[in-house]
Amino acid sequence: MSQPEVLNQAFELGYTYTRSTGPVIGRFFTELRNRNIVGIKASDGRVVVPPMEYDPDTAEELSEFVAVGQQGEIVSFAWVKEPRAAHPMDVPFAWAMIKLDGADVAMVHCVAAASEDAIATGARVQAVWADETIGYITDIRCFKLV
Amino acid sequence: MKDIAIVAYQQSDGVSDAGAVNEVELIMPVLERTFTQARLGSAQDVDFVCSGSCDYLQGAAFAFVAGVDALGAVPPIKESHVEMDAAWALYESILKIRMGHAESALIYGFGKSSPGELPIVLSQQLDPYYLAPQWIDSISLAAMQARLMLDQGLITERDMAEVVSRSRRNAMSNPHAQLAGDVSPEDVLAQATYLSPLRKADCCPVSDGASAVVIATVEKAREWGLPYAIISGIDHRIETHNLGMRDLTDSVSTRTAAKHAGMQDGRVDVAELYAPFSHQEIILTRALGLGAETSINPSGGVLAGNLMMASGLSRIGEVFNRIVGGEAQRGVAHTTSGPCLQHNLVTVLEKA
Repeated sequence: MSQPEVLNQAFELGYTYTRSTGPVIGRFFTELRNRNIVGIKASDGRVVVPPMEYDPDTAEELSEFVAVGQQGEIVSFAWVKEPRAAHPMDVPFAWAMIKLDGADVAMVHCVAAASEDAIATGARVQAVWADETIGYITDIRCFKLV
Repeated sequence: MKDIAIVAYQQSDGVSDAGAVNEVELIMPVLERTFTQARLGSAQDVDFVCSGSCDYLQGAAFAFVAGVDALGAVPPIKESHVEMDAAWALYESILKIRMGHAESALIYGFGKSSPGELPIVLSQQLDPYYLAPQWIDSISLAAMQARLMLDQGLITERDMAEVVSRSRRNAMSNPHAQLAGDVSPEDVLAQATYLSPLRKADCCPVSDGASAVVIATVEKAREWGLPYAIISGIDHRIETHNLGMRDLTDSVSTRTAAKHAGMQDGRVDVAELYAPFSHQEIILTRALGLGAETSINPSGGVLAGNLMMASGLSRIGEVFNRIVGGEAQRGVAHTTSGPCLQHNLVTVLEKA
């Protein structure tokens, strides 16, 4: 008995839409692609980096962008002795809350440091850009100590 | 408004790896014990069923639907689910009863966290633009919070070690605890740091398991002839997802929720706090203004075992146990969700 013909249909799992990041997050990402960092003024005048679309306290729509520095100060950090496979570095590094120059609110990113002893709260850091910037938070590859 | 009471609570043993046992098999024995305690035959004997779980743990959309297999939902039952800890399923059930749509409800929560890398799985529930693409894990976020407190002199490493020590010792009388033992603060401090400034003991373990609660109107509870504790207040509040804009050394949302739940209207004999990290128990104790008259985490809390999506419901169940056991007149249960105590629910329970 011959085998019946098996019906075949190619299937590719994918998403047939593009998601817009909107005027605030989109602007931030576009600036990152151009190797600039911008924040936004909250209702109380604080400069928030990365920018938020709405003020968490007043719910006001935010729109006043402010250019901030590419250097800043470590507000707090966690020392990762054993990086996980998903982590951005495969050698010990720190996650940190970093207040950039000109910003009032700390952002979370990773910091390259030789050892735990080399890093401290209050240490100055500088953004290191990825070789190719594509408009993604990881365009900042990491921060390094200065 | 009708008073609502808890009439039953059961939890599975917290285990680090349930092996081949699947979610339904984790839930079923807990439900069986819950039905026995509430003298119910099955889920058909309550008006409403609500569960809490997280599809990210199973890695499949609508995975929670499989949990319903543990109920035997034929003939059809009224059922709902929250993609949150089951303490919020209890909150939904209370609303259902207050609206007059039910007189009783079964609530269950379950989580099998062991197959994945939980701290990384949780990273995918963060801000999808700024944080999730960085794969920052839940332990690292808590470590930064702990360092803020240490740097500001709000706590010491010894304070944190004392929380761990008390948890391990209290857990010795909790048959469901995963980590229990006569551990001194010195023993904890002797450990090397794990994710500095946290030691491994400062972090809750990864656990598999489930818990369940039955609630009913007080009239129904009396009709059933069951011992019960009254839910006198419940409220939840959330803070911004932007960690930099929060005061991570405090829990403003917990304080607000406690105020609206009426916690301050009487003495608090017992408090069960969902603090996945030792320093967070100190933040919560201070935010709630708890003093020496309150026994904190007599079960050992989640440092002794953390059933994701069920631990919050278990905190409420543990306070219920103390009240119906005659050890306490009034207690508070706290539940959290999100990074660094972002979202908090406070439940106040009282002796009937």
